[in-house]
Amino acid sequence: MKKICAGMVMSALLVWVAMSLAAEPRGSVVKVKIDNFSFSPQILTVPAGTTVTWTNNDDVPHTVVSTTKKFASKVMDTDDQFSFTFSDPGTFDYYCSVHPHMTGKVIVQ
Amino acid sequence: MSRRIVHDHNHDGIDRRGFLECMAWVGTGVLYTMAGGILRSETIGSPALDAGRRVDPRESGGGFTFAQISDSHIGFKREPNTDVTATLQEAIARINALPETPDFVIHTGDITHLSAPSEFDTVDQTLKGLKPKQVFYVPGEHDVLADEGKSYLERYGKGTMGDGWLSFDHKGVHFIGLVNVLNMKAGGLGLLGSDQLEWLEKDLEGLPGSTPIVVFAHIPLWTIYPDWGWGTDDSEQALGYLRRFGSVTVLNGHIHQTMQKIEGNITFHTATSTAFPQPRPGAAPGPGPLKVPQEQLRSLLGLTTVRYVQGSSSLAIIDSTLADGVAKSAKEGNR
Repeated sequence: MKKICAGMVMSALLVWVAMSLAAEPRGSVVKVKIDNFSFSPQILTVPAGTTVTWTNNDDVPHTVVSTTKKFASKVMDTDDQFSFTFSDPGTFDYYCSVHPHMTGKVIVQ
Repeated sequence: MSRRIVHDHNHDGIDRRGFLECMAWVGTGVLYTMAGGILRSETIGSPALDAGRRVDPRESGGGFTFAQISDSHIGFKREPNTDVTATLQEAIARINALPETPDFVIHTGDITHLSAPSEFDTVDQTLKGLKPKQVFYVPGEHDVLADEGKSYLERYGKGTMGDGWLSFDHKGVHFIGLVNVLNMKAGGLGLLGSDQLEWLEKDLEGLPGSTPIVVFAHIPLWTIYPDWGWGTDDSEQALGYLRRFGSVTVLNGHIHQTMQKIEGNITFHTATSTAFPQPRPGAAPGPGPLKVPQEQLRSLLGLTTVRYVQGSSSLAIIDSTLADGVAKSAKEGNR
């Protein structure tokens, strides 16, 4: 029993480590910061089902808008947040519609 | 027509390059006079200029002045300026104190910070204090945040076309207000769009090349720093329609500092904000508000006045700050 338990723990740990290395765990919340007119990380890889939360740390308003209109935040003033849950795999390009030179990407696996 | 640049150094030991740098980064006062294709530059603070004698329209058979304010960002409450209404009021007081009352005022956008109705209300209320009663607006990206410009147009769209672009003639000068803050594309810069460009081409049709043209828009119509979005993707097409004119003055805001570029017959000029300064291109990780000490703030905020002298095709652009000792600031900035 002890051995099985240890094995399960080890397997779980391995899975966890593998997932951490490859991408964030499924169903979790991952944060993207908006600092100095840029998204960080600019390219984010997550498993399907992940909720991504953007936080605006700048003194000016920004938005998070998908280039295909799949998601769009309202205007986010300082410290405002926007969340979107990515259910399906794919590559999702987005930008700040106020400052369109600010671009980012979410890759959902 | 031959063109040359004559430098008037105001005997302050600042050469042209150094002076232009000062003007760009410090936001100091400068006068550009365009007369018969000759451009002169001179710091303000010269008694002759302050008295308006050099280009006095009363001695030149008529003419007029207008004022430009920009980037008032009403609603912004953070460092370095927690009272942007007060600094807008100071700019208004300076316009009202001019020896010759401007015929009208143009506001080159970012009127508000967040497009909130209460912010627009504050601006409207504050601008009632202006002596000139007519104000022409173009939106900044901060004025069209909520609804892609619908509420902006409800307030300021009367007599305009499309998304708020406009043109009018005033005492022999043709004015064009352009909108380059809507429908911007991911990864792109400011955008005029094909509808507006088509309208612009038609608007200029039939105008003699001798007509002085003043174009105003929020985002600069010349590429200053694309990494920060300081440019307009399709401005070259608009400029193509303007190049046949002998005198074109392009007035912009957006970058919260004065900068100038001359390209053939076209003079590009950006105005300071009345709210907060922004860093010079690339001098900070991003173009956010420049957090300067309180005692320095007003030397980086200001307004622009433009004087047109009839008969000599003259357009003089004068930047002034909300601080005293402007010439001193220029010298400090040149070190």
